[in-house]
Amino acid sequence: MTASLRTPQGGRIDRSKPLRFTFDGVSYTGHQGDTLASALVANGVRLLGRSFKYHRPRGLVAAGTEEPNALVTVIRDAGRTTPNLPATAVELYDGLVAESQNRWPSLKWDIGALNGIGSPLFVSGFYYKTFMWPKSFWKKVYEPQIRAAAGFGKAPKAADPDRYANRFAHCDVLVVGAGPAGLAAALAAAEAGAKVILCDENAELGGSLLSDASATIEGRSGRDWSADVLMNLALKDNVTVLPRTTAFGYYQDNAVGLLERITDHMSDPASHLPRERLWQVRAKRVVICAGALERPLVFPENDRPGIMLADAARTYLNRFGALPGRRAVVFTATDSAYAAAIDLKAAGVHVAVIADLRPKASAAAEAARAAGIRVELSTVINATHGKLAVEKVQLARVSPSGAVAPTETIACDLVLHSAGFTPTVSLFSQSRGKLVFDEARGVFLPGAAHEDNASAGACNGTADLSACLNEGYAVGAAAARAVGRTTLGDKTFAAEGLAIEIGGHFGEVPHARDATRVKCFVDIQHDVTAKDIRLATREGFRSIEHVKRFTTTGMATDQGKSSNMNALAIAAGHMGLNVPQVGLTTFRRPYTPVSFGAFAGSNRGDLFDPLRKTATHDSAVALGAPFENVGLWKRAWWFPKANEDMHAAVARECKTVRETVGVFDASTLGKIEVVGPDAAEFLHRMYVNPFLKLGVGKCRYGILTRDDGFVYDDGVIGRIAPDRFHVTTTTGGAPRVLAMMEDYLQTEWPDLDVWLTSTTEQWAVVAVQGPKAREVIAPFIEGVDLSNAAFPHMSVVECTIMGVPGRLFRVSFTGELGFELNVPADYGRALWDAVHARVVEFGGCPYGTETMHVLRAEKGYIIVGQDTDGTLTPDDAGVGWAVGKTKGDFVGKAGMSRPDLTGPGRKQIVGLVASDPKVVLDEGAQITPMANPPKGTHALGHVTSAYHSSVLGKGIALAVIEGGRARMGETLYVPMPTGAIAVTVVDPVFYDKEGKRLDA
Amino acid sequence: MLLITCPYCGPRPEIEFAARGEAHVARCAPDATGDAIADFLYFRANTKGYLAECWRHVSGCGRFFNAVRHTVTDKFVTTYKVDDPRPDLAALVAEETAR
Repeated sequence: MTASLRTPQGGRIDRSKPLRFTFDGVSYTGHQGDTLASALVANGVRLLGRSFKYHRPRGLVAAGTEEPNALVTVIRDAGRTTPNLPATAVELYDGLVAESQNRWPSLKWDIGALNGIGSPLFVSGFYYKTFMWPKSFWKKVYEPQIRAAAGFGKAPKAADPDRYANRFAHCDVLVVGAGPAGLAAALAAAEAGAKVILCDENAELGGSLLSDASATIEGRSGRDWSADVLMNLALKDNVTVLPRTTAFGYYQDNAVGLLERITDHMSDPASHLPRERLWQVRAKRVVICAGALERPLVFPENDRPGIMLADAARTYLNRFGALPGRRAVVFTATDSAYAAAIDLKAAGVHVAVIADLRPKASAAAEAARAAGIRVELSTVINATHGKLAVEKVQLARVSPSGAVAPTETIACDLVLHSAGFTPTVSLFSQSRGKLVFDEARGVFLPGAAHEDNASAGACNGTADLSACLNEGYAVGAAAARAVGRTTLGDKTFAAEGLAIEIGGHFGEVPHARDATRVKCFVDIQHDVTAKDIRLATREGFRSIEHVKRFTTTGMATDQGKSSNMNALAIAAGHMGLNVPQVGLTTFRRPYTPVSFGAFAGSNRGDLFDPLRKTATHDSAVALGAPFENVGLWKRAWWFPKANEDMHAAVARECKTVRETVGVFDASTLGKIEVVGPDAAEFLHRMYVNPFLKLGVGKCRYGILTRDDGFVYDDGVIGRIAPDRFHVTTTTGGAPRVLAMMEDYLQTEWPDLDVWLTSTTEQWAVVAVQGPKAREVIAPFIEGVDLSNAAFPHMSVVECTIMGVPGRLFRVSFTGELGFELNVPADYGRALWDAVHARVVEFGGCPYGTETMHVLRAEKGYIIVGQDTDGTLTPDDAGVGWAVGKTKGDFVGKAGMSRPDLTGPGRKQIVGLVASDPKVVLDEGAQITPMANPPKGTHALGHVTSAYHSSVLGKGIALAVIEGGRARMGETLYVPMPTGAIAVTVVDPVFYDKEGKRLDA
Repeated sequence: MLLITCPYCGPRPEIEFAARGEAHVARCAPDATGDAIADFLYFRANTKGYLAECWRHVSGCGRFFNAVRHTVTDKFVTTYKVDDPRPDLAALVAEETAR
């Protein structure tokens, strides 16, 4: 069954391909080539939504992506649901399911319409002055209700399963917009052999030619001409034509973001296709042919369904073969609307009257009269009436003095209006080009460009069809020449077509209504009226950016495409300024909304961040270890036996290491190979410790501060050879430390002959710690005397480990006899498996990071970044002994000598024990002198690390406390919600204070 | 997406670089006191206009280099090696204005 308002012939739709779709549960028929909007128009569906604030019934205003009212949700399945799509931008496909938004229970009977009764209270900015009393109501009443009422469409709750692609492209000339100017520009550049990308947001290219049935270019119809040009371009290897592709953002140095929509128009998209593709284009030259958008007239109750822009009606008729109504009133300030009136009359629509705001009859008015259409000059619409759609309008005459008097009421189901056209300068403005105000026509046009771009056609203020074609061709040719191509020469086009009127009327039209109460809509999506804008300027908001934010005009999904100029004119008029004095708000990217998926691309789920695993990872998995994240690394956390929880596993692991032996993967720690004749000098300058005299085969625990004197990183450094050091860093600090070293080497000491290589991933490190460690590792080490005398604590040697060249360190982070076996990472898993098997033979066990933390805390060894936070000097952290007293210069020397960093009362690392041994303090808990500190009490410090020590049978903690080292034995308090915990300040070394076990 | 010309690699997109701050800031002496330390650690020129700064091509050659950038328009006027002397800003500005 043909839709009731479909014309018998005409339009660009394929009448041989009917499509079924549903809107709000009702089934309709449309055709291939329809948008959802045009198909609904053809089916006589006029009520498409409810407005944002007042829930007024709303219908279509436009035919393109600037549509502010008809926002719908399109549903394929739970994960493929997109809200807030303008129905004009939704290509119809068979089986499409769409729903209206912002209404309950239904579009026809919406309870939100009651907001209309309260509308005198809901003026702009009302929420800044309300919802404040009583205070308790905010959380329980106001906020939940506002949340329920706010917004338009509902976001889907299921994950988006679609794939989104990304492509980088370089070209000579990017042409944005494939209307007459853009097609001519692309033709010129392509003919010159330039590499061209042509994009257009529509599925069908041709721009304004698509809605113009009578245009002729070079002896044929405009539509045939554009089809020929597109065929020509499609056949050229140097041209990429991208329909359904919006240039949404212009970025620095001629980078332009394009969004290509690939499957949204398909009934049943093939599963291998990405839904959308983001193009990141770097063009040598950009030609902007973005066209112009019709501007609405601002008159009383100008928002009812059936009240739409004149050119939109013409597009529905000529491009889609759909009649927006049967009985029309036309209200215009320019000649442009007359073409719509004539075309609709020819299609059988009764045009009751053309109300022309101007006092004199133009040639178009005379022609309309001659065609039998009634034209009333100096006439405005003073009121509109109708419940769910417009039913009648009241006209009024404006006398020469400015007085407005109502004349008659006319029944209609369609009101077309046009204030003129506004050049679309968004993309040009995004490129930081300067806009220039055209006094004669009252519009902003592209002025001096900031990037390498040029504008052509209606967006550049050119209205006439042949002038657009000529200008487009000239600009495209100039772009090609600018990149070194040779053009074919000048070209002009013989063309006849509708000239739009750029400029026209701006702001409210005169009326005879109460200006303090009547609703003349300016930003129709955000329900902002002319009186709201006057309210803003009355309240003192004089900057247009403030007016925008106070009223929210121009802030909706359409970004003020059909409201900004009117809002500006009303604000300027009310402040007694002219439009260029007030100016426009900043044009922001994206031009039209872009899906999150397109920006995310493949950076989601498992691919969001790289995952770093050590060589032994799979062995740890096989042993049942859970993992914790340390930066991007996965580290084995503990190794449960049977059904142990973390507490039980860690308690066992700690005891086993101290009594027998344990094996631990230390591969994630940063490693830097420092090599060169000046290697020792370099480390001597970088670290606080002296390094010049560190012997070959010896290790030193290095502290790294920044030039401000605060601890930045730490790690054991071994001297492999006179000119070679193996430097280790914390796991998280590796990249920072290498960057800092390169910084000083390249910018401060470029004369030093030394070079740095990251070797973090090159070495796998198997640590063996505990009394039996030496016996465990002996069979794996070739040619090294491992006795205590020959290989004392803090030694390093290159040797063969398990048959491969490696480095053996005698170091300990546990306080027990300890070794770290470094082998090339490819051998790491084999070494771990072999060592682990031997450890188990000896009654030992593997241990993870939790146990590692507890054991080091028992020894008072700090972890940089946990016990320090960038505000502790080495002395604060208890490692002041590491600072070389006689060094001439090192990073941080001047910084740490500052009086505040050496004065009294500094936070210092200490140990804490609670009176109840079962208590484990909270890391981060504050420490105060009294048990129940009044609000505002200065805390003396906080707990940095806290664990239960199974070895010591009690909870232990490290903390930073002001003047901590002078408070040994003092009782302080950790206030907690459940009650204060009394703690005693103790030495941070809880176990083996003399360090005897290290020298086993 | 700014293009920055690394003196070693040529023009590359800005995401390959890390900014280091004002260039030609002399590190204070190891025995400096008071304001000399504070100036070096914490005070930098906040020029509205052409500023000489240091950058590092982290996702490229890893070298540090200097650049003169206009802090309002983000336009890079020149880039030069870290050992090179600070260019004559006045002459650069004149050249830019002429262009």
